[in-house]
Amino acid sequence: MSMPQGVATPVGAHIAISGVSKTFRGRSGDVQALNDINLSIERGEFVSILGPSGCGKSTLLMLVSGLVPATRGKIEVGEKTIAGPNSDVGIVFQQDVLLEWRTALQNVMMQAEIRKSDLVAAKARATQLLEMVSLTGFEGAYPKEMSGGMRQRVSICRALLHKPPLLLMDEPFGALDAMTRDQLQLDLMRLCADNAMTVFFITHSIPEAVFLSDRVVVMSPRPGRIERIIDIDLPRPRRLAMREEPAFTHYTRELTEIFQGLGVFREEV
Amino acid sequence: MAVIEPARLSPMPPARSLQRFSPLRMLGRVSPAVWTLIGLVLFWEVAVRVTNVAEFVLPSPSRIAEEFVAYWPRLLVNSGYTVGEIVFGFVCAVLVGVPLAVLVTYSKVADRAIYPLIVTSQTIPKVAIAPLMVAWFGYGITPKIVIVVLLSFFPIVINSVVGLKASTAEMIYLAQSMGANPWQIFWKFRLPQAMPNMFAGFKLATVMAVIGAIVAEFVGSDVGLGYVIQVAGSSFNITRQFAAIVVISVIGMVLFMLMEWIERIVVPWKHASAIAEG
Repeated sequence: MSMPQGVATPVGAHIAISGVSKTFRGRSGDVQALNDINLSIERGEFVSILGPSGCGKSTLLMLVSGLVPATRGKIEVGEKTIAGPNSDVGIVFQQDVLLEWRTALQNVMMQAEIRKSDLVAAKARATQLLEMVSLTGFEGAYPKEMSGGMRQRVSICRALLHKPPLLLMDEPFGALDAMTRDQLQLDLMRLCADNAMTVFFITHSIPEAVFLSDRVVVMSPRPGRIERIIDIDLPRPRRLAMREEPAFTHYTRELTEIFQGLGVFREEV
Repeated sequence: MAVIEPARLSPMPPARSLQRFSPLRMLGRVSPAVWTLIGLVLFWEVAVRVTNVAEFVLPSPSRIAEEFVAYWPRLLVNSGYTVGEIVFGFVCAVLVGVPLAVLVTYSKVADRAIYPLIVTSQTIPKVAIAPLMVAWFGYGITPKIVIVVLLSFFPIVINSVVGLKASTAEMIYLAQSMGANPWQIFWKFRLPQAMPNMFAGFKLATVMAVIGAIVAEFVGSDVGLGYVIQVAGSSFNITRQFAAIVVISVIGMVLFMLMEWIERIVVPWKHASAIAEG
């Protein structure tokens, strides 16, 4: 099912979310997770969904993946309207979800095995992907034998093996320590530069959203809705030191103030 | 920091499943326990000789060994029957237990209508059912197999259900995002995930299977090690009883180690050593 990429694609949004709401039925009544979401994402764009916990940002990712159905509204990815699991994506969760019984390489190769793609070509690409995230020499290691950062890098390689046009990431670096997180952000940006694709990135970290994204979608909680969309006009390739520059802190400050306005942060002044 | 990890840690050697399992290394690892056992047997031998206790109360290990050598052909033939009952019953228990566990995992109805009954049925002492099985199925091999299955299928079912239910929602989502069908999700995700738990159940089941076979032979049989013990007991041949007990213990141990060995082949990742750090 893997789609060719790198080919010039027709003009138009890659992801079009219109009037989407999601309500979960619980024992103690219904909970509205998302209310009337409208969002359009261009092909090749890196968009972060930024918000505090409970704002429904992970739910939005699940709706885009088609793994969870929306209560109302329509989501189109490419030319298709999402009505079931969309296999034209790569997904990375906060937990690496590596299969304990498979080595690093075998975990990445699972993607090709399920899709019944050419295993020889897939293996060459898997090896190359692992090399790009500095895991050469660890192809034969079991997940148990790897650190959290290494495991998450394997999981990113797995998500990219079939060259998906769309990469969905749900707080992928949330469980990692700060330094590993920095490294993985750099790794991800390099992978994005080499594999033209749209990235839908969920995070609750303001600097992470600014550092990685072309656009940041600010969400407010209960029920989750889009508060603001901010274009991040910073040159690429971006370097870690850039985070200390005024152009960068201008954005992080703006975002912090938005969340303050929403009552997400309460400071004694 | 993350980028220098591979340089800090030496790369893994690729194949690691079987080369770790050498009999010599196993011996090296269990040796303290073996020394303890040898010490206990020696103490037993000396104690019997010093106290001069009657052989029909407590025979010395050397007397048991003599009896073992003298009675060896009969023990071997009867062991054959007992091992046959254990292995056949165990295989039946796996063939019944694993599909049942799959059913309970996949069907909400089975999970709520059958599973609780399986669990509560374990309060019935199955040894008490043994005479009933003889009444129903006679003195042949059938009642033995039935009792072995009844005793050993429970740990298989319970552990398989626990293992099969251990797949996280995210793992299933991941599989679906790859376009996996339910068949692939079962064979490539759920079943391997369940393997370590299933083997824990299988190992427990081999122990139960041995108990089941001996109990069934006590109740009604004219062959097998349980029968040997019963007959020797009725003629106060305590030494022969001990010889038979030793054989049963060895059978139980060998079967258990066989399961461990199969587990190491089927579940090599379980024995991978953790080297993870920050």
